[in-house]
Parts: sequence; C-alpha cells; structure tokens
Amino acid sequence: MARIDSAFADLAALDTLAALDSPVHRLDPRVKVLTALVFVVCVVSFDKYVLAAMAPFALFLSLVMAVAGIPAGYVLRRVALVAPFAMLVGLFNPLLDQQPQFFLGPITVSGGWLSFGSILLRFGLTVAAMLVLVAVTGFHAVCLGLERMGMPRIFAVQLLLLYRYMFVLVEEGQRMHRARSLRSFQGRGLGMRIFGHLIAGLLLRTLDRAQRVHMAMLCRGFDGTIRLRRDMRLTLRDLLLFLLVCLLLLALRRYDCAQLLGRLFMGS
Amino acid sequence: MSHHIVEVLDLIHTYGDGTAAVRGISFRIHHGESVAVVGANGAGKSTLLLHLNGSLTPQGGSVRIGDFPLTRETLPEIRRTVGMIFQDPDDQLFMPTVAEDVAFGPLNLGLPPGEVEQRVTRALDRVGVEHLRDRPPHRLSGGEKRAVSIATVLAMSPDILVLDEPSSNLDPRARRLLIELLAGFQHTKIIATHDLDLVLDLCPRTIVLKEGRIMADGPTGAIFDDDQLLADCHLEQPLRLQACPRCGRKQA
Repeated sequence: MARIDSAFADLAALDTLAALDSPVHRLDPRVKVLTALVFVVCVVSFDKYVLAAMAPFALFLSLVMAVAGIPAGYVLRRVALVAPFAMLVGLFNPLLDQQPQFFLGPITVSGGWLSFGSILLRFGLTVAAMLVLVAVTGFHAVCLGLERMGMPRIFAVQLLLLYRYMFVLVEEGQRMHRARSLRSFQGRGLGMRIFGHLIAGLLLRTLDRAQRVHMAMLCRGFDGTIRLRRDMRLTLRDLLLFLLVCLLLLALRRYDCAQLLGRLFMGS
Repeated sequence: MSHHIVEVLDLIHTYGDGTAAVRGISFRIHHGESVAVVGANGAGKSTLLLHLNGSLTPQGGSVRIGDFPLTRETLPEIRRTVGMIFQDPDDQLFMPTVAEDVAFGPLNLGLPPGEVEQRVTRALDRVGVEHLRDRPPHRLSGGEKRAVSIATVLAMSPDILVLDEPSSNLDPRARRLLIELLAGFQHTKIIATHDLDLVLDLCPRTIVLKEGRIMADGPTGAIFDDDQLLADCHLEQPLRLQACPRCGRKQA
C-alpha cells in the first residue's frame, strides 16, 4: 500500500504544480495539448540511430519547465520510475545489431547500442512531455481542452469523474486494508480469499456511492448531459505563440541542429 | 406566501428488502420556518428527506411543495425550489473544480453564461469560500467541502433548504461557522440531525421520528424538556440543557 500511497501523493503534487501561475500556465489548454502532440510526433518520428539531433528537444522541454517553475527533479524521478519499460523494449537491440556505427576513442559503438540509447531518449522525452503538459495545465483542463477539440463529451466526462473519484476510492480501499492488517496476525487473513471479499466490498460501496452521486446530480437538474463551463479563450497571442513553437519544433526535426553547430565550430 | 409550504400527508415508503422506513407521516411546514427532524438511526429521517425533492417517489400518501403536488411533471420545478444538501459532501461535489461544481445546477437550468458566472460568485461569496473557486474538491477540508456543498445548492436560488446531518464530521469551529451561516439564511430550513445542540441554536420547531412514525411535533424547548419522550426515541437532552459536570447545576 505504501506504493499506492506515494503514487497518490504524486498525483496530488501534480495538482499543486498545475495550480501555479506562469506564462506557460496561462496559455490556452488547447495550445498546450497540440504543442505536446507536435513535440511527441517529432520525437518519435526520428530515425532509429538518431541521438544528438534530439538534444534540442530536451533543451526545449527544459526551457518550458524553467519558465513554468516545474522542478526538474520531480519530472526526472517520474521518468526514471517508468524507464524499465523502455529498457525492456530496447533490451535486445545491442545483441541483434552489432554493426559498428562509429568509434569513441578505443570504444566501438554498435548500431544496437545506438538505437537502444535512442529508444531510451525518445521514451524519456515523450513521458516527460506528457508529465509537463499535465503539470502546467491540470488534468481537468487537459480533458476540457480535448473536449473542445472534438473528443466526444462522454469520454471527457468519464475521465473527469474517474479523476475525481479515484481519490475517494483509494482512500476507501486504504481504510479497508488498514482495518484488515490490524486484525491479521502472522500473515493469517491476508490470503487471496479475504482479498476477494475486500474487493467485492469495495465494489458494492462504489455502486452505492455511484447511486448517491447520481441522486445528487438529479437534485441539481441533471438531464443526461453534463454541461461544462466554457471559459477557455484563445487569444491571438496564444495562436501566434503556437505557430511559432510549431515552426521551431518542425525546424528542429527537419534540420539536425547538433550537427550544424558542430560544423560551425569545426569549420568543415 | 403559500408557495414555500412543505406539506406531507400520510407518507409511506417501504424499501425493496421489506424494510418499512416511513409508515404514515404527516406534517406541514410554513414559509420561513426552520424545523429539525430528529430520531434514532434508522428512524426514517433520510428516507423522509429524500421524498421532499422527489429523489424517492411516495408509495402512499403525498408530498406538496408550495402549490405543486410532487409528480413527474412538477419534478424539475420542485428540485429547483428544494435545495438538497447531502450528508457526504463527496457525493455532492463531483465536478473537477469548485466553480465548475457550483455552476452545474445553474447550467442545467439553462441560464446564460453571464448569469451562471454571477450566481457562482454570489453563492461562493455567501458561504465565504470565494478563494477556493479553482481548487479541486478532493483537496478541501471537511468544513470547506460542506461550505461548497451549500454553495452548489444556493446557486440554484432555492426557497427551501433540506440538510441531512449538516454538522457530521466537522470540527467544533467548522461546526460553529456552519451554524452561524445557516442562521443567516432566510430560507425555509428542514434539518435532519443527531446534533441536538445545533437544533437548539437553529430550529424553533422539532419533529421527532421513531420507527417511521412521528412521535412528537412541536416547539423545540417543550420536546427537549420531555425526558420520557427523548428516552423512548433513543435521544438525550442537548448537552447545554444537561447539568454541568463540574458543579452539577443546570443552566438557568
């Protein structure tokens, strides 16, 4: 349960970050969602051996984080937490692809290692981008933004309710778990059978709560559609910034900045 | 003004599992009255309350709110008139932010955006939590959640407020603030509670329920003086009316 505890402390921290105020926070959610999308598409569409050309994207992300006041440690820790998945994906690359690509002094770097690094970097960048998106926008604003851009409302509402009641559900589950572990000695009563009862109890409580929530909605005139307040305003500044950032990202994708810089300095 | 009258006649409700929760309750509450509904656990308080805005439909007898009997057709109007505040604020606050939640009712009434905004601000201001408007409800304290729940109902400008255990799970200060807030409202108030000291502060009239029937209906003072009645209904005198534990004297 400690793991779940800390995972939820994390989510709460994300909420706190989203409540900060910065030029990035003030942008329209739609602009941020679309920018994140362009960013991710650019990053994942790089060729499999590319490493250095992705550096400017990391720089871009750091810049956004700096302006928004998102602590780097927070994002890096989250990325490290999920990194094993990416490692699993790229695990066999160094073994399967041993074609030497270049030499770092005495060390031969094979294509496999290069693509492994590339996978890790890509993964890190996309996960970090999503984290930063939620941290500078807030989960509910992301949902509302998606809804404004055409995601069916029912999905948006589902996501919002899921996010709202996840906290209540986890707290309830924690209380049940605590009550059980306080009365189980030498591991007795911690088996699967009892766990099943616990989950069943949680399900019944959830159904009860769903009924009460529905009743509360009906009391306030709910007729089947949830109406969301539309207080998003897309300003000219938002649009210009969006265009500018998109152009920048596409340019970074098209031209290998690292190589250009290298050439400039080495004069070749 | 006759349109804020709450009239219940021979109300009967039996749940699906055979529990007869309400067995023939009748009363009439006038405009601006503040009435407490008290009784032991399972006496039928919550079931009665759920009938007052049509969350449950009467199986026998009738409910009238103002000039309308409670029927399918009058339901929307009655739900606007009767603001229901649930026991668990987590059930009532289901939207992602406080402002969004307070706006839920007015938006469903089909009000224009400007008016909705005005009502949200006014309601939050009335309960003194304007500063919480952009916070997610799951991060509020118990007292804040309660205040916001009340604001969600006020935003629909109801004439009658129905509260189920409003002071449960509140710390003493939050409870005191709640009592002061409710005392300031002009609405007709119907409060189901175990907190008899709160009743003493807010409700001149009390209805005592036992096993789905009305045992007493009258001035709060007279009811709280009737020790036999209170004992029969699993109740106790409010602490303030009991003898002082230090000196043994009763309050004058």
